[in-house]
Order: sequence, then C-alpha cells, then structure tokens
Amino acid sequence: MALFSKFDALRTTIQSLTASGRNPFGVRFERILSATEAVLEGRPCLLFGTNNYLGLTFDASCIEASVRSVQEAGTGTTGSRIANGTYGDHALLERRMAEFYGKRSAMIFTTGYQANLGLISAVADRNDCLLIDADSHASIYDACRLSNAQVIRFRHNDPEDLSRRLRRLEERPGNRIIVIEGIYSMLGDTAPLREIAAVKREMGATLIVDEAHSLGIRGQHGRGICEAMGVEGDVDFVVGTFSKSLGAIGGFAVSDFPEFDLLRIASRPYMFTASLPPAVVASVTAALTRISTDPSLGAQVRSNSDRLHRGLSQAGFEVGPEPNPIVALKMTDKETAVRFWNGLIDRGVYANLALPPATPGSLSLIRCSVSAAHTPAQIDRAVSIMIAVGRDLRVLDQRPARAAVPLA
Amino acid sequence: MTSNAASIESQIVELLAKRVAPGVNVSAETRIVGGLGLDSVAILDFIMDIEDRFDISIPLDRVAEVQTIGELSRAIESLRKGAG
Repeated sequence: MALFSKFDALRTTIQSLTASGRNPFGVRFERILSATEAVLEGRPCLLFGTNNYLGLTFDASCIEASVRSVQEAGTGTTGSRIANGTYGDHALLERRMAEFYGKRSAMIFTTGYQANLGLISAVADRNDCLLIDADSHASIYDACRLSNAQVIRFRHNDPEDLSRRLRRLEERPGNRIIVIEGIYSMLGDTAPLREIAAVKREMGATLIVDEAHSLGIRGQHGRGICEAMGVEGDVDFVVGTFSKSLGAIGGFAVSDFPEFDLLRIASRPYMFTASLPPAVVASVTAALTRISTDPSLGAQVRSNSDRLHRGLSQAGFEVGPEPNPIVALKMTDKETAVRFWNGLIDRGVYANLALPPATPGSLSLIRCSVSAAHTPAQIDRAVSIMIAVGRDLRVLDQRPARAAVPLA
Repeated sequence: MTSNAASIESQIVELLAKRVAPGVNVSAETRIVGGLGLDSVAILDFIMDIEDRFDISIPLDRVAEVQTIGELSRAIESLRKGAG
C-alpha cells in the first residue's frame, strides 16, 4: 500500500474545501502591518483570527527588549537546557512567572503545546488516571498518549459527570489527575471552576488548569479564570502559553509542589528540545511586565470582546455563550462555513474556519479572536462585513439590520 | 453468541442510532473507525454514552484496541465482569 494512501480521505477533504476558493489552512499574508492588520491578496485585511489578545506583538517595550537581547545573547541557544545550560534570562523569566502566579516554582517550555505535553506526560504515568474535559485541546490529548496513563473523558464543563466518572474509578489504584481549560478555544466558553475544584477536593484528585486563552485577560491581576473564580489555592498546576496574550511563543507551568523541579530531568518534551531563544525570552518577560503593570490591557480586550459579541448577536448570528476574546459564529453546515470564511476574506476580514473534528459537537464555526489593539471602529467594521456576508449567504435574514453596529 | 452478548450488542446499536446517519447498518462486524461515518471526536462521544449505559470506565488506550462493534461488545462484557 502506498505510503501516503492513509491520507486519501484528508486529501479529498482539503480538495473540496479549496474548490470554492482558498485553502483555509494555507493562507499567506504578504505583510503584517500591525497587531490587527495585514496585507492579504494585495489588500489590507483586518485580523480577527490570530489570538493576539493583548496586541503585544508590536508593543514598543517588548520589541526593544527583544532586539537588545538578540544583540547581546545571539539568535538561539542551539540546544536544550539540560545539555547547553540555562541562560540567566530563562531563569529570570521563570522567577517572574512564579511571582506573577504567586507560586513556588515555574518551568518554561519551547511552545505551549509542549508545556501540556511536558507537564501532563511527566506527572501522570501508567499507574495513574487522567480525567480530561471532552473538549480539550489536541495538546492535552497528545500529552495523555505520551503519559501512558489511563485516560477518561468527561462531558464538557460538567462537574457532576466528572464526579460520576471519578467514582466509577474507585477500585483502581493510582492518582486521579483532572485536566481542564479556563476558557475553551473553539466556543470561548468558561469552565465552571468552582464546582470542578469542589469535586477535586472531595475526591482527593490533582487539578491541572490550562489558562492559554485567559492569561492577562481574566482575573483582577490577569492570572486567568482560576483567579477570577477565586480557586487558585485548589489548582495544583497552571499551564499556559506565551504565544497568545504575551505575543511570542513558548509555554509554562507553575506549581507549589516542592518537588516540581524534578520534572526538569523527567519531562521528555522539556529535556529533548532546544530551549527558547533569548529574543523570545526577553519579549515575553517584557510582556509579562506590561500585563502586570497595566490593567487597562485586560480591561480593553474584555470591552472589545463585549462589543464584538454584542454586535454579532444583535445582528442575529448564533454566537458562543459568553463574550470572551474568542467569539464563534455557528454556521448551519460545513459548506456554508467555507463560503462565509471566503466571503469575509473577499471583503477584508480574516477569521478562522473551524470544522469537525476540531470542533465540539460536530459544529462548523467561524471563529473570531479579539485583541485589545482592535479599535472600536475596526470591530464595528468587522461586524458590518460579517452581516453583509451573512445576508449574502442567507445565514441572516435579508431585511435591513435592526442595529448593524452596537449602540453602546 | 450468549444472550448477554446479544443484549450488549443491541444496546450498542440503540445508542448508535442517535449518532449515525439514517441508513447506516450496524452489525458485529461493523468497523468503528470508517464503518459508522463518525469522525474521531464523535466516536469518543459515543464511547462516553457506552460508559454511562453500562456504568463502566473505558480508558482511551482500550478504545484504540477495539476495531469492530463485536470487539467493543466483548470489551464491555469483560469490563463489567472486572468491575463486578
């Protein structure tokens, strides 16, 4: 059998998706103009699908720190920290992350994907049971496979279901480790963390929370959903990414476990990959300072999220349940979603096309992400364009809009 | 086939009815991946239904070992015995 024949179905899928216009997974920007605009197909395009939640990719202090660092420490570390050693700035960023979360220790990883892989695969082994939310990100699923633990999915955001599945495991030996996300990446819905923390306490389990989409956005100090819901003391590990609100790449895990540093010589995704380059470490450290000292960033992205969510729901779109920085428009079917996505690009808005099986409940979605750097005018323009495309495709009623633009 | 196995299989078919497209016939030989027209996430959601119906835990590594509806039925039977 031919080596690539296993991908025949995938090839058919991508051919049919591309037939109506562009390859949704192969968009090439000719130029990035700012945190919210790029040039695509020769025209300026509003970016509403880049997870650049705080708009820090073009922050002057982050760029300056990054430039200085690349000049002083070079372009790369050329290897892993266990072989090539730790740079002072790696250790500094880890201290800053631990201080930011008020935890004893922090570890940084080369990507957010690897942070989940590195943490989960190391703390769980074949004798343990991982209980993961059904809508978990692919990095959590892959981490589970690498851990060799017994893996049980529980129904999305359902603490009672989690409790029932934990009780079913009663006879089995091993630790129970619950993995959830603060905000879920497709619909932008928030975990019921208080209730999940209560189940965790009752059942004597360990709790890992991925705050990839909530760092810098939720909680009084930007520490995410755990802070916003007042359950930080119940959370054993917080994991997250530098590639969204902190505007670069990398991941982290923080914890109060005194033995946490043992993971540095046990976690394969930490040990067997090159460490973050100095320029990235420097910009992330500067970005962390920005979010620690400027609460207006978080306030701005929340207000912008409200504006987009309200504008789209008032226009009659079926959107995700909460106004978080991820705002998803539910499409009736895959074909409509593809046409909608192409229609947005034709009119100068880039969002994400999200299709099953990457989506919960086999939904076809247009997934938007909001940035603190979006101006109200940019958001209103995106809403107007989405309404126009929605009318063209009869996703929306064709009558004149009630309120095309939010009035508040 | 024991009456127990037949009962498990008929319950599997009943649970699948709400997930598969009309006209998809399910038998012991039906392959779970590819034979039901379900994507990977829908298959895992179906496994959650099975766990709830039979009050058992089917870890994901065990799911990966099971290829047909008949094999799933036997896995359920052994997990129920293990629990009892």
